[in-house]
Amino acid sequence: MPYPVEQNEKFAAYAHPERLVSTEWLASALESGAVANGELVVVESDEDVLLYETGHIPGAVKIDWHTDLNDDVTRDYVDGAAFAELAASKGISRDTTVVIYGDKSNWWAAYALWVFTLFGHQDVRLLDGGRDKWIAEGRDLTRDKPAPATGDYPVVERDDAPIRAFKDDVLAHLGKPLIDVRSAEEYTGQRTHMPAYPEEGALRGGHIPTAASVPWARAAAEDGTFRSREELDAIYLGEAGLAAGDDVVAYCRIGERSSHTWFALKFLLGFESVRNYDGSWTEWGNAVRVPIVKGAERGSFPVAVGV
Amino acid sequence: MTTQALPSALAAIVDDFQALSEPERLQLLLEFSEGLPELPERLTNHPELLEQVVECQSPLFLTIETEKDGTAGTGTAVRLFFKAPAEAPTTRGFAGVLHEGLDGLSAAEILAVPDDMPELLGLTRAITPLRMRGMTAMLGRIKRKVAAASGASA
Repeated sequence: MPYPVEQNEKFAAYAHPERLVSTEWLASALESGAVANGELVVVESDEDVLLYETGHIPGAVKIDWHTDLNDDVTRDYVDGAAFAELAASKGISRDTTVVIYGDKSNWWAAYALWVFTLFGHQDVRLLDGGRDKWIAEGRDLTRDKPAPATGDYPVVERDDAPIRAFKDDVLAHLGKPLIDVRSAEEYTGQRTHMPAYPEEGALRGGHIPTAASVPWARAAAEDGTFRSREELDAIYLGEAGLAAGDDVVAYCRIGERSSHTWFALKFLLGFESVRNYDGSWTEWGNAVRVPIVKGAERGSFPVAVGV
Repeated sequence: MTTQALPSALAAIVDDFQALSEPERLQLLLEFSEGLPELPERLTNHPELLEQVVECQSPLFLTIETEKDGTAGTGTAVRLFFKAPAEAPTTRGFAGVLHEGLDGLSAAEILAVPDDMPELLGLTRAITPLRMRGMTAMLGRIKRKVAAASGASA
């Protein structure tokens, strides 16, 4: 059964307030025993595979983006059978309310939420502010790992099309809005990976023609929470030039930072059609004969041949 | 490759990891992350003396120093210093393993450590190859710095 939705003024301004919970809300849900009795499952998803082990929200289980959600052979996500097994082992049933949180302003938590959505999990929410806000507020942490009762999760076929774009989809999309959420250096082509992050081997630098540059972290405030509706409108509708009803594709380097932006566009601003291009720059920057624009200008499409 | 090719402290660490199940190996890596010594004050105040290993997913800085009258017995002892944030326990754990396994050894002993030694810890599947690259890069950086330092003093 879905757990009651949080009501507050900040969330009420978003298109889908039911997709967020605050740290106060989660703390009282914990106190009420909703996590202990399995009504609510709290999932931590971080960049560092050991961060959960250093201390986590009491009762929270861990899902690692790489070892749990990515297929270990094909560059793809796990299939329905593997997802069902994973969810059930974490105490998640098909109708369970899941709250995901993580480090770095929920960057990896949003990625996990996006993968849950590929499998059509209905009630999955983010903890606004994530791990850092919970810790900054001095709330409880534990190293005790819960042993949840196995959930009842059916094998659901992944439905990629509504929220996931492949390279050919992006080629067909050119001319419609694209948001590039990487750093300015990656957008202009000065570098092909994040500052201080591993070089993952893109042969070309730059961006997809016409993409607007809005680094993902702009959607987050200092404390890791999402910016207000008004601030997000100013960034995405104002600066980036999106209009209500647009069909949007977001991308980054491997699709994780753009999951955060996907969440903001889809659930906070209410764009119906937003897809995350998870192949992102590690695919586009290596693909043969796809158009690329270098420099700070968005560029145009169609691209003039030979220029 | 076997642990016989490794310096004894490092070989003992590898044996410890190999004796454990995969989840226990992660727990042991966490213990190494907690055991990583703090930087001495002279380095804390001079971050420019440390070099960043950019292949690591999280910021990791390291440097080496050589001690003329070291405890290695066979010449100059190499001391290792690492800095990584508490929010990056995997990176800190790798640094902890290399510190405990290599600190105080001679340049020759460190240079003889095989480049793919991190594979012996049996963490690749639990951690993912992507994250293991950071540890391999850390070892590579230490060996390059040791080679440069011993070449200069030779």
